[in-house]
Amino acid sequence: MSRHTLSVLVENKPGVLTRVAGLFARRDFNIESLAVGPTEHEDVSRITLVVTVEDHPLEQVTKQLNKLVNVLKIVELDPAASVQRELLLVKVRCDQETRAEVLATVQLFRAKIVDVATDAVTVEATGDREKIEALLRVLEPFGVKELVQSGMVAIGRGSRSIADRPLRPATPEDVRAHHEGGPHGSHSHSASNGARDTHNRTHRKQVSDHHG
Amino acid sequence: MTDRSDQQALTGAASLIRALEESGVDTVFGIPGGAILPAYDPLLDSTRLRHILVRHEQGAGHAATGYAQATGRVGVCMATSGPGATNLVTPIADAHMDSVPMVAITGQVASTHIGTDAFQEADIVGITLPITKHTDFSWPVEMNLPGYRPVSKPHAKQVREAARMLTEAKRPVLYIGGGVLKARATTEFRVLAELTEAPVVTTLMARGAFPDSHPLHLGMPGMHGTVAAVTALQKADLIVALGTRFDDRVTGKLSSFAPNAKIVHADIDPAEISKNRTADVPIVGDCREVIADLVVAVQAEHATGRRGDYAGWWESLNAWRRTYPLGYETPEDGSLAPQQVIERLGRIVGPDAIYAAGVGQHQMWASQFISYENPYTWLNSGGAGTMGYAVPAAMGAKVGRPEATVWAIDGDGCFQMTNQELATCAINDIPIKVAVINNGTLGMVRQWQTLFYGKRYSNTDLHSRRIPDFVKLAEAYGCVGLRCESPDDLDKTIEQAMAVDDAPVVVDFVVHQDAMVWPMVPSGLSNDEILAAQGMRPDFGDGEE
Repeated sequence: MSRHTLSVLVENKPGVLTRVAGLFARRDFNIESLAVGPTEHEDVSRITLVVTVEDHPLEQVTKQLNKLVNVLKIVELDPAASVQRELLLVKVRCDQETRAEVLATVQLFRAKIVDVATDAVTVEATGDREKIEALLRVLEPFGVKELVQSGMVAIGRGSRSIADRPLRPATPEDVRAHHEGGPHGSHSHSASNGARDTHNRTHRKQVSDHHG
Repeated sequence: MTDRSDQQALTGAASLIRALEESGVDTVFGIPGGAILPAYDPLLDSTRLRHILVRHEQGAGHAATGYAQATGRVGVCMATSGPGATNLVTPIADAHMDSVPMVAITGQVASTHIGTDAFQEADIVGITLPITKHTDFSWPVEMNLPGYRPVSKPHAKQVREAARMLTEAKRPVLYIGGGVLKARATTEFRVLAELTEAPVVTTLMARGAFPDSHPLHLGMPGMHGTVAAVTALQKADLIVALGTRFDDRVTGKLSSFAPNAKIVHADIDPAEISKNRTADVPIVGDCREVIADLVVAVQAEHATGRRGDYAGWWESLNAWRRTYPLGYETPEDGSLAPQQVIERLGRIVGPDAIYAAGVGQHQMWASQFISYENPYTWLNSGGAGTMGYAVPAAMGAKVGRPEATVWAIDGDGCFQMTNQELATCAINDIPIKVAVINNGTLGMVRQWQTLFYGKRYSNTDLHSRRIPDFVKLAEAYGCVGLRCESPDDLDKTIEQAMAVDDAPVVVDFVVHQDAMVWPMVPSGLSNDEILAAQGMRPDFGDGEE
């Protein structure tokens, strides 16, 4: 079992998230983290999913995801070659006695206090999983009253975009080039954008004509 | 193209009907209801669409499937919201499992009422999400699927590698599935088979894709496959799988399936490749293109003097074929053997007819004892195993191929699930023929109870040799009803049914209850454990008996 971060570009339409999540549910995979939001293209949403599964079943789910009409592209992001961030809001017990210590901790983690009450503060932090976990470990002894956390969002390092090119209607040439490459054909897709581009792990689809 | 002013004048419902017409649809199976009424109104004026009013939405769905399987064109069914739509769920799941192209159109409550538990509301989009390729709330003015572009052209290097492996193999098998039929690649496949002279096995979904009479054909693999087909796969050193998916009913216990075989796996759907059995040479592509390219690649191998030598392999294969042919015992009490009924039916009716089976023992016997010589003559519910499929599917096939004789081969259990469509057939001049293989019981379940549950027959006796009277039932539906209870009357009764051409015919074949489907690989066991008949494991000379 290993942890995988998948970036899935989908059409921005009702029901698409259900279809994507449904494929994981059907295999009894638990989605550990999920974030959905807009992209640089108004018709396209990006889902970032974190799952801990074996490689082989994940490959199957990825292939099945790729068959969904509304899924445009799937890339697995390697933590070493991507920036991965989560947002944390945590309400920590905090009185006269502990205030200084809490504030010092918050500063140490480059987090912020975003709300203050007489007996508590709300801390906002962003960071990768390790940083968020470390911060929580330190804050816990003060007393965590409430905690909310976003799903992870992630982006590949370097100048290239996940779509290789801006998300726009595919030309017939794009489609042909894609087909000739074939899912099993070559491993030539660049890994410089942080995507672990091995075998079938990375699947691409063109944004279809109807976006034009 | 229609001009804009014309399009603007159309309501959504009218544009749906127009879209169906323009897409070349000629038949819609369905039942109206409140929410779909706007679409039924313009349907009344359509001169290009034939709507067939069924008696249950499940019938509409399976009819669309039968139509699609027999013609290769998309089947269309229509129902209202709520229960009308949910009655389509089984046929949608069925078509999804067997990759049958089907468009199901359902009504939905007014948009202002969606999500309020309105009368006849069901979240049909939500319910069908996992069993559909695409769903849309709006009228499908465009029938194409956005964003969906399967790879059809196979990778040349992979194809050459497959050809090279075929040349080098000593014990190859060509294992073909329904994808060969879907891709309309049976002609190309025959060329490939005859070029390589490798043995062929056809799955349940591929019966008819390669002639049963062909000397290279070993029959069907799997749980109830022939000893030769099952054993060929088990002992192969190369399996070339074309348009098939290593289904559990074919592989038996997966970890022990074909342990020494290299796998070439070609499929249009990359998600099928290496799903169950890891492929050594994966080929993503349309089966017809893959096979055509394989033919060229094998010819190129031959041109350089490299040709597979399978003489030793054929010696073994022929020995298995000779020693363990399909067979059955006739009952000692002089009653009808179900296998005999189906065998004679196939012989008398011939290979030009279309046969649609239900699910169970009669389905397996129909796959085993009828000789399929032509593609698209064998229709069945392979993946989902939907009892009740046969009568409506036969109806759909007959509508799509009116010139063909269409037989539903059904069990008495299956028949009682969907026989209301006999009314549809009688009224709409769809003269199908139905052979009810009536053993009075849920035969396949009973067979498992006999073999694995100590003959404890829990709730499998339907008493349908007593109730209902299938002959009277047929007559009540405006069909011709016949009955046959003795081998002496068998041929005569079939000929009598064949002589009727102006009405549906139902023949009640009252057969022996204890007949079982053989060969059999018991569920969950290795294919090495195949039993040719009860208690009889074939002797492969491997000293394991």
